[in-house]
Amino acid sequence: MKELIRKLVEAAGPSGYEQSVRDLIKEEVTPYADEIRVDALGNLIVRKGQKREGGLRIMTAAHMDEIGVIVTHIEDDGFVRFTTIGGVRPHTCLGGRVQFINGVRGVIGGEKLESMDRVHSFDKLFIDIGATSKADCPVKVGDVAVFERPFLDLGKRLVAKAMDDRIACAIQIETLRRLGNTPNEIYLVFTTQEEVGTRGATPAAFGIDPELGLSVDVTLTGDTPKGIKMAVALGKGPAIKVRDSGMLADPRIVRWMVETAEKANIPYQLEVLDGGSTDARAIQLVRAGVPSGCLSIPCRYIHSPSEMVDYDDVQNAVALLVALLSNPITLG
Amino acid sequence: MDPQNLPLDLLERLSNACGVSGDEGEVRKIVLEAVKPLADEVKVDALGNVLAIKKARGEPALRVMLAAHMDEVGLMIVDEEEGGLYKFEIVGGIDPRQLPGKPVWVGKDRLPGVIGARPIHLTTPEERKSAIAAESLRIDLGPEGGKKAKPGDRAVFATPFKVVGPSVMGKALDDRLGVATLITLLERAPSHLEFQAAFTVQEEIGLRGARVAAYTLNPDLAFALDATPANDLPTWDGSENTTYNARLGHGPAVYVADGATLSDPRLVRFLLQTAAAHHIPYQIRQPGGGGTDAGAIHRQRSGIPSASVSVPIRHAHSAVAVARLDDWANTINLMLHTLQALTPDILAPERS
Repeated sequence: MKELIRKLVEAAGPSGYEQSVRDLIKEEVTPYADEIRVDALGNLIVRKGQKREGGLRIMTAAHMDEIGVIVTHIEDDGFVRFTTIGGVRPHTCLGGRVQFINGVRGVIGGEKLESMDRVHSFDKLFIDIGATSKADCPVKVGDVAVFERPFLDLGKRLVAKAMDDRIACAIQIETLRRLGNTPNEIYLVFTTQEEVGTRGATPAAFGIDPELGLSVDVTLTGDTPKGIKMAVALGKGPAIKVRDSGMLADPRIVRWMVETAEKANIPYQLEVLDGGSTDARAIQLVRAGVPSGCLSIPCRYIHSPSEMVDYDDVQNAVALLVALLSNPITLG
Repeated sequence: MDPQNLPLDLLERLSNACGVSGDEGEVRKIVLEAVKPLADEVKVDALGNVLAIKKARGEPALRVMLAAHMDEVGLMIVDEEEGGLYKFEIVGGIDPRQLPGKPVWVGKDRLPGVIGARPIHLTTPEERKSAIAAESLRIDLGPEGGKKAKPGDRAVFATPFKVVGPSVMGKALDDRLGVATLITLLERAPSHLEFQAAFTVQEEIGLRGARVAAYTLNPDLAFALDATPANDLPTWDGSENTTYNARLGHGPAVYVADGATLSDPRLVRFLLQTAAAHHIPYQIRQPGGGGTDAGAIHRQRSGIPSASVSVPIRHAHSAVAVARLDDWANTINLMLHTLQALTPDILAPERS
């Protein structure tokens, strides 16, 4: 799976501009899908199976988009001012490199600060793409870019930008490959615009009208020095979400996930996340309501250019998702 | 359309009308009167949106929704204290520092009032360093105004509309400019597409009207027509102004991204190509915060490709805004040419 993960994380797909990621995923899923479509907002919807006795219509969602930046102004001397797409933090920017989706590359510099202890606010940062004037600057207002950072394979641990949420895209692709006969009608959705407020998942879920919704996304961990207090750690298995700040997972879904993991001998952790949410937040509220939950991948340094996951967690997440989707489901 | 042919009388009536969010009746009346002779179907929905549809001649036709909001930011009376003094709250986004000393019109009868403040003689230099808290301000209708206003009555800045050389000045240009634009477009709607005009309510308090209007209309794609702040005054120290948002005189402001929407790139490209082909000046509104009705529309049903186009206005959400006639005419022209050239082909490629 590592080569697939590398390809996915190195693609550039800021929110609203996911096409290169979508093209890549489409190629991977085409041999295994029963139906593929792209909706008005660019969500890639991949169907596997048809609903049979005991089965449900299920939507799973992994988002294709990543955080990035968008140009607001080109200065007379060619420096590029920008604002953020999604939850970029200024302390991860200075000295970083960005790649525009039109191929232009640049480095982020900052104005001189009064004190070296301070962090630049975004209005004091700029992108230097090597231009000397506005006239020879190859980007314009409204152009978008992502952070550039090569995939790093540390063996058991994998590091990359956009691990949030390409790791889940990889998990959904791998799950599709391994899915055999199932009574469920499964819509593996690769969503858009999650990072700017779960905007793609709402219309995708409206179109699918699922009976059960599951997002697959990364979650924070509490296992780094003097980090946040949280009972999720890398390497202890995928996390089954109980709640986050946008969703209380349906308790029947939590039980179903826990029982499935235990039956299949797959390690898991229970997740209670204080800040942040996932596509399931949007799915649960579509139409007359959808029982929803989330399969989380523990991830360190989320929304930095170096997000770290554990490869065993990834493989166990695939195993759990395959087990969840393969059998008749009775929520109770 | 040339600036001298702009429907200034219509804009004047719309700007002077009072239509604070949730109480858009006065504006709706003007809109209904204007659109009834122009549309095949007109209805007012449950939330008060005016939906006016002009059907296409041929089939299958692209269904295009155009939204402009009727409501404006303003004030709401919450309590009478004594002798015509009223407590009020702000509806929508108004900087409380804009309030003291402003004349207002209150309620359906447009009772004249003023938001008073202690005069300079009676304040200390220390007090003058900070803004006056909105909670401490009152609307003063004078003793004549006692028991005349009720809780829930809306109030607006009392600013009569004016044309001043190449500019218009008035209250509520956000978004009566869009409303007047949309009526003008409906009048000239090309016959090859289904033209769905939505004059929406409650945009200023969270895009509430557009959300249900888009559900009803269920269009193939949508444009929000709005007004966007031009923060284009020179900086005090002569440095480069890098946060102007939009500039007066630079043409319609096309949105790539704001706080509520990442515009559909297919629509943005089409707008820019149309502008270039017809030599219409335009500007890209600086990506950043804020939002238009597109924010609610694009997430409706199975997703609706959307983009926004605004007339730039200085001093938005204050007692008086300033817009250029040229920018308004160019906005109308850009939208007219865009609609004339639009075909279902625009949605043939996937969003990218």
